Amino acid sequence: MTDTTPSPQETTEHHSVGHIVPVRILAATGIALLILTILTVWVAGFDLGNLNIWAALAIAAFKGSLVVLFFMHLRYDRPFNGVVFVTSLALVALFISFALTDTKEYAPDILPGDATEVQKQLAEVQP
Amino acid sequence: MSHAPAHAHEHPDFLRHHFNTPKQQFEAGKLGMWLFLATEVLLFGGLFVGYSVWRGNHPEMFKAGSVFLNTKLGALNTAVLILSSITMAAAVTMAQRNKRGPLILLLSLTIAGAVTFLVVKYFEYTHKFHLGIYPGLKFYEKPAGDSHTLSGSLVNDAGGVDLVLVEGTEPLVQEVAFADTPEAEPTTVAPAAIGPAGLAQDALEPGDRPADDDHAEHLTHPLQDPHRPANVHMFFNIYYLMTGLHGVHVAAGIGVLTWLLIGAAKGRFGSAYFTPVDLGGLYWHVVDLIWIFLFPLFYLI
Repeated sequence: MTDTTPSPQETTEHHSVGHIVPVRILAATGIALLILTILTVWVAGFDLGNLNIWAALAIAAFKGSLVVLFFMHLRYDRPFNGVVFVTSLALVALFISFALTDTKEYAPDILPGDATEVQKQLAEVQP
Repeated sequence: MSHAPAHAHEHPDFLRHHFNTPKQQFEAGKLGMWLFLATEVLLFGGLFVGYSVWRGNHPEMFKAGSVFLNTKLGALNTAVLILSSITMAAAVTMAQRNKRGPLILLLSLTIAGAVTFLVVKYFEYTHKFHLGIYPGLKFYEKPAGDSHTLSGSLVNDAGGVDLVLVEGTEPLVQEVAFADTPEAEPTTVAPAAIGPAGLAQDALEPGDRPADDDHAEHLTHPLQDPHRPANVHMFFNIYYLMTGLHGVHVAAGIGVLTWLLIGAAKGRFGSAYFTPVDLGGLYWHVVDLIWIFLFPLFYLI
């Protein structure tokens, strides 16, 4: 009985399931993430205007890539899993960019600080 | 099974009958998990769209609101989640290497990280509640048990009262120029909640603002700042919604990790079968991934 039903600890002929990522690589990834966290807090201390948000997003995107590639094994995983995940990210990027492009074009009630593009154009049309 | 020798290959306990091989079962489970994680990204993606649109239209709300967030606590929680992600990823490696003791230890440390995160978040939330910063309309209610006093009122261009601070027995009463506020003249500016484009009640032109900056020194409550832009509560609504949904995911993660810990203690996982540890780990890393974006977007910029 037991020889035909191995316990989870026993290696079977199919033991080549998944990819074992050494703890050394995981620790290095984690340390990089902690350093990048310090970096993003440090960068936010400077007033760079609009650059602040792009710097923070770039660091966050890099940190996220480290998490996905190493912690989540995507670097060693079947590519199709990555296709699924990146597709969802691409859809969110599409959603955000369309929504942002759209919201600046409407001015149901033009109020101070709103619909900057429309207000610029109206200011040019109206003397 | 000795009476069923028709199976040409080994058929371990963990292999469900609708899969041919453990590898097929593993790959199918993993694909299913990635599909679930994609829906998680889309779930939070909708909220990130909301954040982007509101921030794009009203950067001043976010500047004024993020002052109330404690960057140190946010950074601490970021580090806690990263550390728990390291222990989780290492736990998967230990499961794959049949190391049961380290697996149990690392899963316990991951749970400890998750609990620490929620404890810090609890202190952050309760501190805001103490300041009277509640989600939703309660944002305008006076802070409980507070005895701050300040007088003065600010009337905007439209004739509506933008922010009223009353001195007296009532410690702090703040009212907003909603049309149905009895004391206030009805404002001609559209009230809140009709959509992002209609909400710029930035009624205070720079000239209307109290010139004396000494005034600010007497403010015992940060919400009494007359320089505060209108509708800062929207920043906190978005903050509570996004961090709250993330917090729910952390709490769910504690459940998943506890289930994994029980399974590990029972010796369910090993090099041949570690799928639950792997997939639970993927979920936990996505929780970390989302916080990696939430932290700078709310606390830093």
